[in-house]
Amino acid sequence: MISQFFVLSQRGDNIVFRDYRSDVPKGSAEIFFRKVKFWKEDEEEEAPPVFNLDGVNYFHVKVAGLLFVATTRVNMSPSLVLELLHRIARVIKDYLGVLNEDSFRKNFVLVYELLDEVIDFGYAQTTSTELLKSYVFNEPIVVDAARLPPLGPAAMFMQGTKRMPGTAVTKSVVANEPGGRKREEIFVDIIEKISVTFSSSGYILTSEIDGTIQMKSYLTGNPEIRLALNEDLNIGRGGRSVYDYGSSAGAGSVILDDCNFHESVHLDSFDVDRTLSLVPPDGEFPVMNYRMTQEFKPPFRINALIEEAGAFKAEVILKVRAEFPSTITANTIVVQMPLPKHTTRVSFELESGAVGHTTDFKEANKKLEWGLKKIVGGSEHTLRAKLTFSQESHGNIMKEAGPVSMTFTIPMYNASKLQVRYLQIAKKSKTYNPYRWVRYVTQANSYVARL
Amino acid sequence: MAPPAQTQRSASPSQPSGKGEVSDLKLQLRQLAGSRAPGTDDSKRDLFKKVISYMTIGIDVSSLFSEMVMCSATSDIVLKKMCYLYVGNYAKGNPDLALLTINFLQRDCRDEDPMIRGLALRSLCSLRVANLVEYLVGPLGLGLKDKNSYVRTVAAIGVLKLYCISASTCIDADFTSMLKTLMLNDPDAQVVANCLSSLQEIWSLEASTSEEASREREALLSKPVIYYFLNRIKEFSEWAQCLVLDLVSKYVPADSNEIFDIMNLLEDRLQHANGAVVLATIKVFLHMTLSMTDVHQQVYERIKAPLLTLVSSGSPEQSYAVLSHLHLLVMRAPILFSSDYKHFYCQYNEPSYVKKLKLDMLTAVANESNTYEIVTELCEYVANVDVPIARESVRAVGKIALQQYDVNAIVDRLLQFLEMEKDYVTAETLVLVKDLLRKYPQWSHDCIAVVGNISSKNVQEPKAKAALIWMLGEYSQDMLDAPYVLESLIDNWDEEHSAEVRLHLLTAVLKCFLRRPPETQRALGAALAAGLSDSHQDVHDRALFYYRLLQYNVSVADRVVNPPKQAVSVFADTQGSEIKDRIFDEFNSLSVVYQKPSYMFTDKEHRGPFEFSEEIGNLSVGEEIADTVTPAQRVEASDNDLLLSTSEKEENRGPSNNGSAYSAPAYDTALQIQSELTVSSSSLPSYAPQPSLPIDDLLGLGLSAAPSPPPLKLNPKAVLDPGTFQRKWGQLTVSSSQDCSISPQGVAALSTPQVLQKHMQGHSIHCIASGGQAPNFKFFFFAQKAEEPTTFFLVQCLYNTSSAQAQIKIKADDPSTSDAFAILFQSALSKFGIS
Repeated sequence: MISQFFVLSQRGDNIVFRDYRSDVPKGSAEIFFRKVKFWKEDEEEEAPPVFNLDGVNYFHVKVAGLLFVATTRVNMSPSLVLELLHRIARVIKDYLGVLNEDSFRKNFVLVYELLDEVIDFGYAQTTSTELLKSYVFNEPIVVDAARLPPLGPAAMFMQGTKRMPGTAVTKSVVANEPGGRKREEIFVDIIEKISVTFSSSGYILTSEIDGTIQMKSYLTGNPEIRLALNEDLNIGRGGRSVYDYGSSAGAGSVILDDCNFHESVHLDSFDVDRTLSLVPPDGEFPVMNYRMTQEFKPPFRINALIEEAGAFKAEVILKVRAEFPSTITANTIVVQMPLPKHTTRVSFELESGAVGHTTDFKEANKKLEWGLKKIVGGSEHTLRAKLTFSQESHGNIMKEAGPVSMTFTIPMYNASKLQVRYLQIAKKSKTYNPYRWVRYVTQANSYVARL
Repeated sequence: MAPPAQTQRSASPSQPSGKGEVSDLKLQLRQLAGSRAPGTDDSKRDLFKKVISYMTIGIDVSSLFSEMVMCSATSDIVLKKMCYLYVGNYAKGNPDLALLTINFLQRDCRDEDPMIRGLALRSLCSLRVANLVEYLVGPLGLGLKDKNSYVRTVAAIGVLKLYCISASTCIDADFTSMLKTLMLNDPDAQVVANCLSSLQEIWSLEASTSEEASREREALLSKPVIYYFLNRIKEFSEWAQCLVLDLVSKYVPADSNEIFDIMNLLEDRLQHANGAVVLATIKVFLHMTLSMTDVHQQVYERIKAPLLTLVSSGSPEQSYAVLSHLHLLVMRAPILFSSDYKHFYCQYNEPSYVKKLKLDMLTAVANESNTYEIVTELCEYVANVDVPIARESVRAVGKIALQQYDVNAIVDRLLQFLEMEKDYVTAETLVLVKDLLRKYPQWSHDCIAVVGNISSKNVQEPKAKAALIWMLGEYSQDMLDAPYVLESLIDNWDEEHSAEVRLHLLTAVLKCFLRRPPETQRALGAALAAGLSDSHQDVHDRALFYYRLLQYNVSVADRVVNPPKQAVSVFADTQGSEIKDRIFDEFNSLSVVYQKPSYMFTDKEHRGPFEFSEEIGNLSVGEEIADTVTPAQRVEASDNDLLLSTSEKEENRGPSNNGSAYSAPAYDTALQIQSELTVSSSSLPSYAPQPSLPIDDLLGLGLSAAPSPPPLKLNPKAVLDPGTFQRKWGQLTVSSSQDCSISPQGVAALSTPQVLQKHMQGHSIHCIASGGQAPNFKFFFFAQKAEEPTTFFLVQCLYNTSSAQAQIKIKADDPSTSDAFAILFQSALSKFGIS
């Protein structure tokens, strides 16, 4: 069982602190913070999420710049505690709308109230926002969401897509709209994180998609929902059905390696017609997580070249080509490349007519950084950089630079082709027609090209 | 909440310093206490919030206790909650004041609103004041029978709280049997779960003194109870499911049908999005099938996909917890994961604690089919900017090399690392090449060529430097400039801060001297002189030891520092299988993350209610460690135990040695020295000093090297036909294998192989075949024991004139005499060119 739970700001201040068992010294928050901050100063290593110090086990997760910490003296399941910490963060976010230090400080009494019900004497009770609603009475003090960095994968919808109401994902589950009436709406987000490693010759070494179907419901009365996925969806590689489909439906079928589901999901008809039925609880939760290693077309091709140009000079050429339809636009793209450690100066040369590009040489860690506001499908962009070294490089310059890594967000695009065919809400009356948002987004997890 | 500790902390400007504000609050609270004006509650809320916020940041607001209690007479539930929070926090430190709250809490326990009843009961139980327990019993008893499940949930945990304050009160009131009834009958799953939590904790603590409690605890694992929980499993919250599954994993089913039933029932739990539920289920599966090898293996196959999904779907922290468990499974059954190696590739943006686990797993699953891909991938990480991971990756490549049969390609990769000219890569690689050479001496040629090119100035890390020096000493005959490199290192003796390096330097220079005396003489003298005046005790002792050894007998010195070495086949494992099994027993706990069993990091009292198996086995630190020992000490104590048990296994050599601070080669020789000395004491006089060299000049020692002829007599007219020789050579095993140096005169005298043949014949050792040309010659000799015509000695002698080294392999019909023969042979060889 958990002895203490506390939340620390980035500076190490206690924002909330709850002691359940009083068998861990009171100064644990400070001890913890010092340990995490100076884990291994020389090697720049991060503290692992679990460690033991003088017989006390410290668990922590980082959410929205805050440290959620639990301590215990007993040999608990690390998975349980870390899941619980994340779940607490999510419940709090459901209530506050926005999770950050400011909203936390303004609402700490509410947070205490939540904590009282979530953990009793160190034992987890419930983390269901739905159930907690009946025990929690403080009203959240809503903070201005616009200028604050939001939490969670759904946050990426904040930018760009204009059709979405701005406050959608930062709305508290309990706070009422200014008009007094709650807006009936439900969000289903298909969020995919892709990892691709290209070899130096552009061949795909590894690729994986980690996806989540995330749901956030603001529907009153918790109606039942049916969510239909691709009919030709297959789960598990090498199963018989995979080959059946492979021969009849061709390459069109989606084959997931594996997936798991939220508790509330009923899979009764999943095997028949690939529909999930559920009564969505309040708050944000993942309906389904899935993993896919089936081959897919990577959205970007990266071409990187580094060449010596004299004793103290070298030239880098970076090319990025968007291999998705021109109706789709990727945004917030950053391309990074570590340069040889003797690099002292870099001069950049962008293609003519480049708009919204930024280039930077991070002297401290010898990294080249190329930012692009957006890339339209089908286009190609090139960056040339001239490097100057402080000393002559001997040996292979290719071995001292790279690999090139890339981060991006592509709204309304998913590499796996997994789709929500329809989202059906059990109707209460004829006039009942809540807003339904089904959104797709793809993000880079580890997108790397080797030199 | 941490009131006293943090008050000393220098208050930042944004935070109130305390005193003034607190007395201000006190006044305001007093004013509001009696007021019934509208809006009072709102003002109270604001004040209460302030109090709680002070409390959180560590300002002591306990002086407001009576005011807070006065203000608590309200129907506003938010206010009540804040007040409960405050009271719960300060009651323990102010037992007298806590009495003030009993009244209103007891009244609230009888409130109409179940919410208020529950909250009040929870607060009442949380006061943690021993002399107030009498007020607790009544409300708790009512709470357990309350018609509202929320109140019962609170009461079930409340019983445990009471037990922790006063065990006897709790037991006397017979709350445990009430809990047991509730647990087996309550319609609300959370009540059931809380009863289980409380009972497990109470009975575990009681079990040591009460037989009944330990019986009850056992009864939790009986079939009816387990089945009762299993049948209701889906009613429980995900957290309570974990609790139940943990209980089930301790249950021993009667037969395999039962096992399959349980597994089928729990099958869908593997698809749960909560990693804790999945891991708890996996624990059940793994433990139940332990004795069914086939099914156990199927379980591995079944849980792979869910585990991998959890690893990639959660946050880095959750992923780490799951990955640690996957790591454990991979280490247990690497073969089952050998085709999944790509999942263990590192991503550039992963935290290093994740990468390290993955590297470990990659190392473990490497086999003939995937080594090429894995090593290629690892080489990419070596070139990476992430220095700690680059280091780990070099080590991983080395480990794979050490565990593979076909190391050819890997050795090449390792040697390429040395050409990358990154200090840390070079350093790690050197250490590995050294280990590799100890296991695969046959690679020395390739390795030495590359290592020889490394400038010792580029190697700064002690471990790497020690490795390089070891190689310089060990392979001094192959590395042309070994004596000179060593000499320059010795010249900088005073700047060498690591004692380990200095120790290695002493040994290496002595080895080098014994093989290439003229070139190394000066360096040896300098090293011994520096060593003798060294402030480090071990360095001083070793220098003195070598000095005396040389003074005593050079050939003994040679045998001490250059003993015949067998290639190391297995490097000492860091963990015994017993410890690994124990960690596996504790699946889904911190033991897996820390990679040590729980007794190493928890105190006994905290091993928790889940620890049903008490006996820790012979690894236990046991009962003798009193409870006064701090956890840290205890961990240390058991760590020592662990060290002992593993170091004893180390290469099965000699007594365990406290010099474990030194890395392997030095350690070896240290052990060798001890055994050599005891063995040689009897046969010492018979040893001939083979390098008859001007050692006398070295430090002005008088060497008394008077060789007496060995007792072994050889037949001067022995005959052996080449066919028999070949057959014998094929049948017999090498009974003695030695390297010895050849005097400069010997080198000079060997113009053709025939000269040596003739010389050896004079010592009754006959040549049957010879060949080669300068600097490498190869001879096959044989000899026959004088009295026993059936006992032959066969010798292969590799003679290298450029390094002045001879490598001798002896096979004998009677291996027990081969040592004596070796001495004879060496003595004969050493006289070559002189007489």
